[in-house]
Amino acid sequence: MSTVFIALQANEETRPIIDAIEIDNPQAVVNRQPAMVKIDAPGRLVVRRETIEAQLGRAYDLQELQINLITLSGNVDEDEDTLTLSWNE
Amino acid sequence: MDMKATKKKLGMKERYRILTRDLGWEPGYQSKKAIFPYVEYEGIKVHDWDKWEDPFRLTMDAYWKYQAEKERKFYAIIDAHAQNNGHLNLTDARYLSALKIFLQAISPGEYAAHKGFARIGREFPGVGTQVACQMQAIDEIRHAQTQIHAMSNYNRYYDGFHAFADARDRIWYTSVARSFFDDAMSAGPFEFMIAIGFSFEYVLTNLLFVPFMSGAAYNGDMATVTFGFSAQSDEARHMTLGLECIKFMLEQDPDNLPIVQGWIDKWFWRGFRVLGLVSTMMDYMLPKRVMSWREAWEIYGVENGGALFRDLARYGIRPPKGWDDAEQAIDHMSHQFMLGLYQWSFGTAFHSWIPSDDDMAWLSAKYPDTFDRYYRPRWAHIKKLKAAGTPFKNYGLARLCQCCQLPCVFTEPGDPTLTCHRETVYKGEKYQFCSDGCKDIFEHEPEKYIQAWLPMPALFSELGGDVAAWMDWVSLRDGADNGDYDGSRDQRHFDEWRGLATSNL
Ligand SMILES: [Fe+2]
Ligand SMILES: [Fe+2]
Ligand SMILES: [Zn+2]
Repeated sequence: MSTVFIALQANEETRPIIDAIEIDNPQAVVNRQPAMVKIDAPGRLVVRRETIEAQLGRAYDLQELQINLITLSGNVDEDEDTLTLSWNE
Repeated sequence: MDMKATKKKLGMKERYRILTRDLGWEPGYQSKKAIFPYVEYEGIKVHDWDKWEDPFRLTMDAYWKYQAEKERKFYAIIDAHAQNNGHLNLTDARYLSALKIFLQAISPGEYAAHKGFARIGREFPGVGTQVACQMQAIDEIRHAQTQIHAMSNYNRYYDGFHAFADARDRIWYTSVARSFFDDAMSAGPFEFMIAIGFSFEYVLTNLLFVPFMSGAAYNGDMATVTFGFSAQSDEARHMTLGLECIKFMLEQDPDNLPIVQGWIDKWFWRGFRVLGLVSTMMDYMLPKRVMSWREAWEIYGVENGGALFRDLARYGIRPPKGWDDAEQAIDHMSHQFMLGLYQWSFGTAFHSWIPSDDDMAWLSAKYPDTFDRYYRPRWAHIKKLKAAGTPFKNYGLARLCQCCQLPCVFTEPGDPTLTCHRETVYKGEKYQFCSDGCKDIFEHEPEKYIQAWLPMPALFSELGGDVAAWMDWVSLRDGADNGDYDGSRDQRHFDEWRGLATSNL
């Protein structure tokens, strides 16, 4: 199965977001590289607003991700609650 | 404090509809054909522009908010870098060669992308597409500006940064990237979208930016990490726009498939050749290296590119024609091109050098099948010549490929001991190529590529072959900007400034 990924800057803002992604995607592999974190997952990865809010302790707009996003791979689908990356095979 | 009336927040999809689609209108006193004259001649058929949607559903109000935040973060760090002598934290001033190539060849490409997206944002009829292209046009000019601004700090202390615009227009290795963007900008709007949005952004940017930023972080260059991240935060959106556009074309009409496939073949190869520069930066120019060019290709080329083309197979798309030739070139290209850069270093506005014993040990570990066999002996020979006081300098000019404009230094697929060279005759004139990929591209559009401005022939046609006059013309200061790093002003200055920073003498 093809890998999808999302890479974020490694900083204070993204720490709880990365935690949330790990909670929602148990199959994901988190690679910590200099100044960035790349998260790989087989076929599909979901980022959930509610999980981020629970980790962050405040309301969160998923579009805030734009500020710390480095790169991603896969077809993107976003609404106010989730951002999904997936490959069709 | 005033109480704000709570109004119901619009959902993301609703907000996107209102702030994009609803900005469009049906023209009354002009025909659509007259307003969008360039949208049909490439042969792409579109039946319903409303089917195109930005999957991030970013609207202009949110766009400005987040971009302002990115700029605030960027300038806070750039100021800190300048105020705290950030240029002294580099691992080694050799690192700056990678940065100089970036400033001379890549940052002007950002500006070219800006112009291109501003144009196609006007030429595409779909409102969703217009808004997304407009955002990308603003992003790309921001990238050019922030990169020039961030790197200007190094211009105070080091050579080779002072005339990047002249280098971009006139020097030879920069014309590789320039011709890529000029080719895209002089194409129709759909081809531009495949060239930049899909090939460059989706397939290739990861190979350029991600290792480059990690490399900057490894080598103590905070300014570049910052501009890299700031630019890259827009790239995820650009890549997604590229991928959405390609899916949109393929879904709109089955007749679009062969046209799109032809562009994918062409622009993959054009982009892959631009990456020749990047491969030398990764394997040779970073004093502290993150990963080899081969390792980056495995992650972002083989794995990610492979996933993408398996996904697009549902539309009948196959991997680009040059894919196998590219795979064969991966273990050779950085070595072949770096050997070229070193021997022509009289004509580069950056320094190159003979890899140290440690560097060569790293290269043979990363390229176990090729480095010791084909490239270590050449470096060893060059090292011996230098020790004997007769350094290897090549004042002959390279034959350039009429398509990608790289010197023809690459080898035959399947035989790394034989230089690859193709030629074709068109209207009585002979044209040279570095590869089958480049020759095929030329033969498909000869009238376009016979107009290419090539730097080596220009040295003769414009300056009568006078190398000193050429150096003035490209703003290259002989003995300062060019040549071996060993013994350069950059090397001396870096040592002196670092000495000042760490002692009281
Ligand atoms: Fe850019
Ligand atoms: Fe971009
Ligand atoms: Zn070529």
